[in-house]
Amino acid sequence: MTDPAIFTKDLTRTFGAFTAVENISFDVKKGEIFGFLGANGAGKTTAMKMLTGLLAPSSGEASVNGFDVYTESEEIKKSIGYMSQKFSLYDDLTVSENIEFYGGVYGLPTKALKQKIEEILYTIKLTEVKDALVVSLPLGWKQKLAFSVSILHNPSVVFLDEPTGGVDPVTRRQFWERIYEAADKGITVFVTTHYMDEAEYCDRVSIMVDGKIEALDSPENLKRSFSTDSIEDVFIRLARGAKRSDT
Amino acid sequence: MKPLRFLLKKEFLQIFRNKGMLPIIFVMPVIQLLLLSFAATYELKQVRFGLVDFDQSYASRKLVSKLQSTGYFKLESEGFTMEQALNHLDAGTIKMILQIPPDFDKKLNTGEASPVQILIDAVDGSTAGLIQSYTASIIADFNRERMSEVMIVSNAPRKATALKIIPVNWYNPDLDYITYMVPGILVVLVSMIGLFLSGMNVVREYEIGTIEQLNVAPLQKSHFMIGKLLPFWLIGMFDLCIGLALARFGFHIPFLGSLFTILVIAGIYLIVVQALGLFISTITHTQQQAMFIAWFIMVVFILMGGLFTPIESMPKWAQDLTLVNPVAYFIEIMRMVLLKGAGWKEVYKMVLILVTMGFGLMALSINRYKKTSA
Repeated sequence: MTDPAIFTKDLTRTFGAFTAVENISFDVKKGEIFGFLGANGAGKTTAMKMLTGLLAPSSGEASVNGFDVYTESEEIKKSIGYMSQKFSLYDDLTVSENIEFYGGVYGLPTKALKQKIEEILYTIKLTEVKDALVVSLPLGWKQKLAFSVSILHNPSVVFLDEPTGGVDPVTRRQFWERIYEAADKGITVFVTTHYMDEAEYCDRVSIMVDGKIEALDSPENLKRSFSTDSIEDVFIRLARGAKRSDT
Repeated sequence: MKPLRFLLKKEFLQIFRNKGMLPIIFVMPVIQLLLLSFAATYELKQVRFGLVDFDQSYASRKLVSKLQSTGYFKLESEGFTMEQALNHLDAGTIKMILQIPPDFDKKLNTGEASPVQILIDAVDGSTAGLIQSYTASIIADFNRERMSEVMIVSNAPRKATALKIIPVNWYNPDLDYITYMVPGILVVLVSMIGLFLSGMNVVREYEIGTIEQLNVAPLQKSHFMIGKLLPFWLIGMFDLCIGLALARFGFHIPFLGSLFTILVIAGIYLIVVQALGLFISTITHTQQQAMFIAWFIMVVFILMGGLFTPIESMPKWAQDLTLVNPVAYFIEIMRMVLLKGAGWKEVYKMVLILVTMGFGLMALSINRYKKTSA
């Protein structure tokens, strides 16, 4: 068996007396779409920041693509893509300037970069607005663009932090088609979301409550073991006991 | 090096696309130079004064007209009583009262000392000081003229000739205030651009969230830093050149020293203030915080940098503080090189201090800027 794309064992992060992430352990297989669910404040973003090298863990082990998060974070950065909750594109640059900038930062050769820009614009059907400033685009288009930019250097893992927040179901469905395409190309997808219908699209999901992973399985198995017919019910049952939910 | 090229391209695209930025770059230097040089002046012009003349004599009228003829003083109204004059002083309509005693003319003619009283509104201490010294020298002038007249008429025995001091002002022969101010104002200009723009730019990436995207990219710290500093360094140098051209051809400031020396030192100085701006950006997370801190530092640096008030007249502890004030060094260097024609030999010590500050601050802020938060 090959190494898992993402591996964690007892990964923990504390901020002073507060334990944001407590002893989480899981593997994500290569090419898998892994849903990372949890209520607001459950610790999802903190966990993701540790895996992407933005935040140092307090204790535990973790590796991404076989690279250790403590010692090889620069290697990790070369092999992953990341689309953050906060918007990651530059509003005052045009669509093609944004693609060009991130392509350049990831060191794509000039010729390949030119091709890549055309290719991305064509796939997400933004060729006509390539010279429009990103600020003028609808949110759903920006998200499509941000996702394409996050995988333009062909990473083996892509981390998506609430990528579809605030858009309508049709746009979300279209976005997930892009995710499937990426997964078909062999990219491992690690995605956090608040939408339970999106959880059903994942190969496996984990549900975090108060910094711990309370459940981890395929959507079907989860529904079976909790004897319900939706992931939403599973989630509500687990999250109801949460102490630090903000609702 | 390739990622750096894209970083620079992106910064320039953003700078030139920002409609608020272009006026800052192109118009601010001109306005600042014109406004501060012409308006922020310490020279006295048309100070209003009240006259309380108890003598009403030839001599008293002569003294008053002498005061007025210099152009520094303007007689508000004659025939004040002392009480009226004091009321005017209280109300601020006049800045000075000249009181001439009843026997002024008589005493003068008999060769006796004849005091006059000057009352000055000293709310603004430095202006009061100027009024006092201007008045004193006008009266001394008046006195000399009288003395020679008296001596011719009376044939009185010649008193021992007093030592006469004839000042010659080097480096700024006409004591032109603008000549003195412009080099310093150029420093302020360069400092504003260096300190505010690059630091603010980094904080902006925090605010809009793109910093995370850059931090997960395999981007070298040094590339990121150069990408942030170089564009504003170029803009700062560009603005300095506009300012220098205006100083040379608009204000006719003498350029005694080498322009090349000025530009090299300005380049070093800009790195110092930019590093400071960068450091501020690493300890703040919103543009507002960064702006406030930068503003605070800048005001202290400028007020204590010898631009408006000479460092030599500050108390000892304040003079010691200027040792860590890069603005003070650069103002001093600018004045020395432009107005006195100083070369490397005269300024290299100060330049070394600036280089040290630059390295120190840069190391500090690069060290503080972390791609991974602990």
